[in-house]
Amino acid sequence: MPNKPAKPAAGREAVLVDAARTAFARSNGAWSELMAYELGRAAIAGLLAKTGLDPKVVDLVTMGTVVQDPRTSNLAREAMLAAGMPNTTPAFTTTLACISANVAATSAVDQIQLGHIDVAIAGGAESLSDPPIRLSKNLRQALVKSQKAKGAKGYLEIVKELSPEDLIPDIPSAAEFSTGLTMGESCERFAKRVGVSRRESDEFAARSHVLAARAWKEGRYADEVVAVPVPPKMELVKEDDGPRGDTTVETLATLRPAFDKQFGLITAGSSSFLTDGGSAVLFVAKERCDQLGLKARAIVRDYVYAAGDPLEELLAGPALSVPRLLERNGIAARDVGVWEIHEAFAAQVVANLKLLADKKFLEERVGVRVAPIEVPLDRINPWGGSLSIGHPFGATGGRLLSTASRRLQVTGERWAVVTGCAAGGHGSAILLENPHASR
Amino acid sequence: MTSSTTSSTTTTSSKKSGEGAPVNGQQHGAAEALTLKVVDNVAVITIDVPGEKQNTLSEKTKHGFKVCFERVAADPAIEGAVLISGKPDFIAGADISMIQTRKSAAEVERLSRELQQQLFLLEQSSKPIVAAISGACMGGGLEIALACHYRIATDHPKTVLSLPEVMLGLLPGGGGTQRLPALVGIQAALDMMLTGKNVRAKKAKRMGLVDAVTVPYGLEDAAVTTCKRLIMGELSRQEPKKKLPERAAEAALEDNPAGRAILFRQARQMVMEKTGGLYPAPLAIIDVVEAGTGKGPEAGYGEESRRFGELVMSKEAAALMTLFFAQTALKKNRFGKAATPLDTLGLLGAGLMGAGIAEVTVQKGVRVLLKDVSAEALARGQKTIWSDLDKRVRSHAMSPFERDRTFSGVVPKTDYRGFDKCELVIEAVFEDLALKHKIIREIEDHVRTDCVVASNTSALPITKLAEASKRPHNIIGMHYFSPVPKMPLLEIIVHKGTAKEAKALAVDVGIRQGKTVIVVNDGPGFYTSRILGPLMDEAAQCALEGVALHLIDHAMRQWGFPVGPITLLDEVGIDVAAHVSKDMAPFFEPRFGPRDRSALEAMVKEGFTGRKGGKGFFMYEKHKQSPVEKARAIVEKAMGAGKKDKPYNPGALAILERHGVKPGSKKDVDERELQERIGLRMVNEAVQCLQDGILEGPVDGDAGAVFGLGFPPMTGGPFRYVDAVGASTVVSTLERFAARYGKRFKPAELLVDQAKSGKRFHAKG
Repeated sequence: MPNKPAKPAAGREAVLVDAARTAFARSNGAWSELMAYELGRAAIAGLLAKTGLDPKVVDLVTMGTVVQDPRTSNLAREAMLAAGMPNTTPAFTTTLACISANVAATSAVDQIQLGHIDVAIAGGAESLSDPPIRLSKNLRQALVKSQKAKGAKGYLEIVKELSPEDLIPDIPSAAEFSTGLTMGESCERFAKRVGVSRRESDEFAARSHVLAARAWKEGRYADEVVAVPVPPKMELVKEDDGPRGDTTVETLATLRPAFDKQFGLITAGSSSFLTDGGSAVLFVAKERCDQLGLKARAIVRDYVYAAGDPLEELLAGPALSVPRLLERNGIAARDVGVWEIHEAFAAQVVANLKLLADKKFLEERVGVRVAPIEVPLDRINPWGGSLSIGHPFGATGGRLLSTASRRLQVTGERWAVVTGCAAGGHGSAILLENPHASR
Repeated sequence: MTSSTTSSTTTTSSKKSGEGAPVNGQQHGAAEALTLKVVDNVAVITIDVPGEKQNTLSEKTKHGFKVCFERVAADPAIEGAVLISGKPDFIAGADISMIQTRKSAAEVERLSRELQQQLFLLEQSSKPIVAAISGACMGGGLEIALACHYRIATDHPKTVLSLPEVMLGLLPGGGGTQRLPALVGIQAALDMMLTGKNVRAKKAKRMGLVDAVTVPYGLEDAAVTTCKRLIMGELSRQEPKKKLPERAAEAALEDNPAGRAILFRQARQMVMEKTGGLYPAPLAIIDVVEAGTGKGPEAGYGEESRRFGELVMSKEAAALMTLFFAQTALKKNRFGKAATPLDTLGLLGAGLMGAGIAEVTVQKGVRVLLKDVSAEALARGQKTIWSDLDKRVRSHAMSPFERDRTFSGVVPKTDYRGFDKCELVIEAVFEDLALKHKIIREIEDHVRTDCVVASNTSALPITKLAEASKRPHNIIGMHYFSPVPKMPLLEIIVHKGTAKEAKALAVDVGIRQGKTVIVVNDGPGFYTSRILGPLMDEAAQCALEGVALHLIDHAMRQWGFPVGPITLLDEVGIDVAAHVSKDMAPFFEPRFGPRDRSALEAMVKEGFTGRKGGKGFFMYEKHKQSPVEKARAIVEKAMGAGKKDKPYNPGALAILERHGVKPGSKKDVDERELQERIGLRMVNEAVQCLQDGILEGPVDGDAGAVFGLGFPPMTGGPFRYVDAVGASTVVSTLERFAARYGKRFKPAELLVDQAKSGKRFHAKG
């Protein structure tokens, strides 16, 4: 039975005021010339531009990122400085795989609730267009040694120890360090364990694309995605390039499995793809809103981080974190009108939904006493998700928070849950309340 | 050549006059400009002119230098010296008023000789002297540093070295023309002296102008340590390591008489191309450098003093110096400090003007909210800003990261959220009264009640604009010139009800943007557009008479304008010109006669809007050069071909022809008359503006015409021009033209009064 931390004491209220993100673009596409911090910069600058907020009032910037460029290891700092924010505002970078931005957001929220700060920008950025590819270990060591080498003979000694295959670069893999399994392999294992079918997986994936394309058409993202001019030509990038509105279950059914060629059910069409993008969310102490002329979209009520077995539960984050969040806030699943769930793989979302509805799992594995959590499909990601919009690892959390808060405004619902899974077997669940709820 | 009073004191005997801690040596009292203290065996001479922001060389400092360096020479306990400033800047140059008050060339020549002598003593001192440079090191300040044995500069962003005398119509008269070429080579030296440009520390080190660069802190310690090492013989000045191509070029062009002959010929040719030979100083600089390198130092230093004396007495230098003084005077805000200095600027319209204003503002650390109708319109403005900043990156004036940070200070907006923080909003939308009225009302709905609302307009009356305002006391005109980052003038227009606070803020912003700011009263076309009107009108009359367009341009360039009026029309934009001309018609036509604007309007209709549209009277479209064309251009340039005239736009000529204008049909053109007709109409209108109370005084009028419209700088401006030529001469010329060409040449009453009374606009000097 895992330990169950108590709900934190009520402090000041931290509210989500506004959010912005860059368009999410397939890697090596629209953003290929930019470093990740520049995407963070664009998101921050976009947020400051749309709100007209004076950057001097911001007390803290936090940003998530996963695949770090060693030159900008504190990405948040470079992003906010380049966005023209004052150098007197501190900034730090968080990393927790695909929920890195969630950590950035909840860290900022903590500081507001505790009264340390009043205003924070939290988000994330990722570029997978230019991953840091390293030299082989032998070559790296040789290079370090060569700095101390004396004369041509010294160099020759070092070169002699190298073999031709040492020249092959060390390309980072998406495999879990502790298990050696890639995300896709792990998800195959998970889907089969929970009992997800190929059909269920393809249906969920097709739905994501159709809904995202429709949401764009209906102008749902006009307020969220900022147009970013890319130097030197300053051509504007302003739309996600992932959603394919003509996707059908039938077309997806023709695709070959991507990870387990023989027995697998996950295809490229039902997986999120490598994406570049940045997001930024503005959090403010509720009591400062009026003074700054800002309006709260959502109050951040509570959040839960959970973790499980990196082999069997690598992608089970939502099932591990959501039940505890609902239990300790005394909220029934049916009262939550807005669900934003990160879609790493279609099968992963389906598996998590199955686990959430599984009384035995909730009681024995998560250790909560709540009714099985049945989430109606129409409350989940109705404006598309990571499968279609894309998934820049460090930035996705910002997108989910933004969309959830806007959905609260559009629907008038009271509660929203934002949840996702992350490498290492982590889960994150954040509870938002609509201060202007109509139901 | 030099006296030998300094030489003999070789100090082998003494050991430290004051043990341990720095000892204050001979103090000259608090009011002295130079003080000397001895640190171990090194004299630290600090220049700190009391009561001044910057050190300048004057009679006071002359004495101080003499006393200090005599002590250095005579005191056996002193084995070397450091020259350092007690102010943020090193030495900003010589006090110009000291030179300006001299009566004859011979007197000035003597002054230059004295300075040269003093610096010879320095140069020939057997005790090493180190110049410790931070901040501006200009003119005479750099000449002193050049005479020292070793130069250390800090990498502070404000550390710049330059010889800007040429900008005042002068040459460096303290040995600079001789020592600089010897130190950095003839080509680099000419480049510095002919342009007056600033050299930053890093570049100075690369070219050998300074010997070491250090951080902005601990300069004195660094200099003292260096001086000690020079004394001990542990360190000596090294020539900078230059790259092979540079060395080869020096060997070919500088180290032999034939090469030098080519070099000086090219330099003269370039100067003639750029100045039309209207300015004596650059040519004198080349002569003096040539004398020094060809005939030896004696001839060189002699020629430097002689030509310096001549130049100081020249009318060109007098005019340029008064302009310099005017510019300095206009850097002071006569309306007092702004109540709340600008922190956030709102800017409406991301066109060329809006983007330009944003660019010069954001670089001063002010956040700019730039509003336009769409992300696309904003991106066009952002592109202008980004590429201008990127040019600075390419010239190493800023890092790519600084570029990005600065760029982010311009916040693109499509709504008014955030405008409540603005202290000032400038609208730069299209010149249309109804549109501007609508915009002003819109702005006032979104800003604080104390926010100043400025209109960037070249002709719309501010009084009329203020009619739409709820708070007319906040309304002011800020007339910028295109391209904003390059044009030095800002014309601020006030209407009767404009509050003092609004004036103070607008002037403060202009000064912070680095502009020369004139404040004028409201009236049709204010000052600059109004005096441009008659000049353009006369150029058009000449064209109507059949004078070829390029001849008109050429004549006015020869008169001293940087661009001719026809080209200027293309630069301003034919559409803008047509618009302004129509607005101004009711005002001008009673005096000048009816004018037909249909040709201009036809050009606009055809899309011939000038340079911005690629076609105006001339063609500007860049077509891709074929390799053959490129090669030909290179060969022609190498053979010394001058700049070619821009090709005419045949479409524009066809329109003119349809309207009965045949430029080029008139064959016998009297260039001088052309110049006087066109030029004097501007001068006459300028005087009219002073008479009508548009201008507060002639200083504003001179600065406005020169810095805004390019009125020949070597005249010092229209009012200086009248003073120099004589009002009666100007009046009689105008009357002659009036008899021949009509009432548009009627001299202004004020001008006639001046002619009768013999009064001048400016006090003599």
